[in-house]
Amino acid sequence: MLYKESASKLLEEKVKPSEILEAFLRRKEELEPKIRAYVTDIYEKAYDSAKALDSQTPKGKLFGIPIAIKDNINIEGYTTTCSSKMLQNYVSVYDATVIRKLKQEGAIIVGKTNMDEFAMGSSTEYSAFFQTKNPWNLDFVPGGSSGGSAASVGANMVPLALGSDTGGSIRQPASFCGVIGLKPTYGRVSRYGLVAFASSLDQIGPFGRYTKDVALLLEVISGHDPKDSTSANVEVPAFSKNLKPRTELKVGIPKEFMSYKIDKEVEESFKNFVKFLEDNKATVKEISLPHIEYAIPVYYIIAPAEASSNLARFDGVRYGYRTKDFKDIFELYAKTRDEGFGPEVKRRIMLGTYVLSSGYYEAYYGKALAVKNLIKKEFLDALKDVDVIISPTSPTPPFRFGEKLNDPISMYLSDIFTVSVNLAELPAISIPSGFTKNGLPIGVQIIGRAFDEQTLLDLSYAWELNYPHYDYISNV
Amino acid sequence: MEFEAVIGLEVHVHMDTKTKMFCSCKIEYDAPPNTNVCPVCMALPGSLPVINKRAVEYGIRTSLALNCNINLTSIMARKHYFYPDLPKGYQISQYEKPLAEHGFVLLENKKVRIRRLHLEEDAGKNNHYENSSLVDLNRAGTPLMEIVTEPDINSSEEAKEFLEKLRAIVRYAGVSKADMEKGQLRCDVNVSLRPKGSKELGTRVEVKNVNSFKFVQKAIEYEIERQKAILLEGKSVEQETRGFDPQSGKTFVMRTKEEAEDYRYFKDPDLLPLILSEELLKNIKDNMPELPDERIERFMRDYGLSRYEASVLTNFKELGDFFQEATEYTKEYKALSNWLLNDVLGFMNENQIEEIPITPEHLAKLVELIKKDVISTKIAKEVIKDMLISKKDPDIIIEEKGLKQISNEDEIKAVVISVLEKFPQERERLKNGEEKLIGFLVGEVMKLTKGKANPKLVNKLIRECL
Ligand SMILES: [Zn+2]
Repeated sequence: MLYKESASKLLEEKVKPSEILEAFLRRKEELEPKIRAYVTDIYEKAYDSAKALDSQTPKGKLFGIPIAIKDNINIEGYTTTCSSKMLQNYVSVYDATVIRKLKQEGAIIVGKTNMDEFAMGSSTEYSAFFQTKNPWNLDFVPGGSSGGSAASVGANMVPLALGSDTGGSIRQPASFCGVIGLKPTYGRVSRYGLVAFASSLDQIGPFGRYTKDVALLLEVISGHDPKDSTSANVEVPAFSKNLKPRTELKVGIPKEFMSYKIDKEVEESFKNFVKFLEDNKATVKEISLPHIEYAIPVYYIIAPAEASSNLARFDGVRYGYRTKDFKDIFELYAKTRDEGFGPEVKRRIMLGTYVLSSGYYEAYYGKALAVKNLIKKEFLDALKDVDVIISPTSPTPPFRFGEKLNDPISMYLSDIFTVSVNLAELPAISIPSGFTKNGLPIGVQIIGRAFDEQTLLDLSYAWELNYPHYDYISNV
Repeated sequence: MEFEAVIGLEVHVHMDTKTKMFCSCKIEYDAPPNTNVCPVCMALPGSLPVINKRAVEYGIRTSLALNCNINLTSIMARKHYFYPDLPKGYQISQYEKPLAEHGFVLLENKKVRIRRLHLEEDAGKNNHYENSSLVDLNRAGTPLMEIVTEPDINSSEEAKEFLEKLRAIVRYAGVSKADMEKGQLRCDVNVSLRPKGSKELGTRVEVKNVNSFKFVQKAIEYEIERQKAILLEGKSVEQETRGFDPQSGKTFVMRTKEEAEDYRYFKDPDLLPLILSEELLKNIKDNMPELPDERIERFMRDYGLSRYEASVLTNFKELGDFFQEATEYTKEYKALSNWLLNDVLGFMNENQIEEIPITPEHLAKLVELIKKDVISTKIAKEVIKDMLISKKDPDIIIEEKGLKQISNEDEIKAVVISVLEKFPQERERLKNGEEKLIGFLVGEVMKLTKGKANPKLVNKLIRECL
């Protein structure tokens, strides 16, 4: 079955684009009614595009490869809803830089995927539209905020997808859906066209089931973009071509991470991964990142602060949702935003507005920035000594719908291993490490040096040769 | 009790760049609404700002012209408030670390210190109609400099002098046309009063968005009187933000202290710190255009003008540029300056014309024609009037109207003789030493020659023919 294959192999074997698309289309028709990964489904149109490519000489690194896009990335002519009532009918007038690059390399977009509203959440339950189910068990969440992209890849409805990661929004759903998800180094991928949540932390990154596919997609979307002042002017390695299994590495495990409450099965799976490393010439040692315990509070000051500012533009004046009745401009603003935003978004806007207020700025935002720099420095120092740092991706396997909805703090703790990486601006990958006895996926996270995504991919590649997780096909 | 006014200004100057501060949309002042817009300046979701390097350069140039210290690292910050003409819900500006600080401007009798100069973007425009308001974002994102003075100004005249000087400086630095009519230079005025001789500052009132030099003066004068009346009653002035109504000439409350907005400034995470190299600064320094004070000195030194003349020619940059160009065609600098400042400027003021209606070459030619005795000063006055309206070459006007001075002795002699014959008594009296009659007789000759006779020749010939 074609939908089980890697995109790299399909490309290598020069399978006709329409055949590839048809395979995934069939799979989508079968599973999407149950999983509901897509806010906008354009498989039919994608099939026509694939048909048109059949007669062409293959050109481009992703020629004829289907891809799903998180619905906070702009594609000209399609809605970019951010799974919010605020942007439900908002049609983009331009392509994000990553979309332009994908089109250049011949990729075919099959749809826009569901997410937590404005990327705020860890379960995709905060979508204003509908829930996306975990492809391994429909009673469980797919993680978030890029839950739609992760679920779509996890269910083999598409070989590749893009998500965005501000505090773990690629890695955590990747681990919940049993796929690979990579958050690149801050600045590696242009943010132009990504609807901003927290600008200093946001990065677009790839999902895939095969390391080689993830490497290929990362290679395509990376690179300096004059339209994004924060994008780094560093060379993009040929990640996919350079890919080689590699385990002879110095590996650090932060003792602070292991002191958190971690689910038994997650811990076992992680230990199993550590054993694999030790058996394969890696040197594993304990390291210390003393300030990492502040990562969650620091993150929940910085990210909402920036979000409160970034979301100010959704005011009902120029585009998006506008309230029906209002007596003056101030009521227009207040009612539009009250009706257009969901509860988690409002919670964060209020939090962010508060921490930036005069009189509180220094105590909260100023202090948070200082601790962020401290955390970053500790990571950089640690990575002088070790090549990579590892941890479970999330302290628990996927949880049930509603389980954490009324307890924001416990939801926030789902990202306890991932947020510090965004604060440190480093790259990290989540790879499937095993399953719980109930058949739910578990992931491990590998954190690398700035702009050294190659080492993460090489280690992921070594692991999948040992444990071909892509051979497991979800069956719900 | 006598009071002293303490005044500080915040001046917003549009920079004369081709494109906007953070996108490549064109800057035009009369384009149809929302035609110079893009995802960035409309604040569409996902768009990002990229700083306009030319605007930064202009900011540096102005900072140098204002004798400021330039911060090699400055920070772009977001200033938040909700308003329909502000598409992002925040303005990108500079707060804690501005581009430049600690400068000064020299006035005739005073030094006004500049506290800071920072870069920012302008908002769009709200156009209000009977039942609706429409937003035009053409102006949104236009590069601005905000220049803040220390409270060193003590009167409305000084404020005007400062603004005129500042306008001249930005025009000379080539960074702005600073046309108040077009909103390219806008001003917030801070006014407080204190007992004369006191060192402490009184409660400050801010008058927002005053849009002409005249209104700035009026707003200050009104505020001084208003605050004086309050203080004399023994009450205290409220710290507040006021507006100025040009119709009534009065200021009115916009926001009280309690209603003051919290802008929630923080570093813009979309823009890296603005880091300038010494090399760039040196390059800009080395290529600075001539500044007003330099021009005044040079005009006095090289062309022998008075400080007053040099200052007027400097403050009205176009006039000075005109003068400069005209010096290429004549060495009669003083006369050139006189004609320009009296006749040309007078005509422009009288008819409220902005642009100089004649060319430097033509004015220089007129001056040369006088010098070479081709026409008299009197005739020249007639010629320039014609020039200012018809914009013709003075040679052509003289030719067409037959105004050329008559310097042919025989021709003049004939007229002299006829005049002497007509006025025998006056002739006798002059002969007998009544010198004042020479004027009368010259006048009669001029009458008959329609003013064209060379007066020196007429004089000489009258005496010869007595
Ligand atoms: Zn624009």
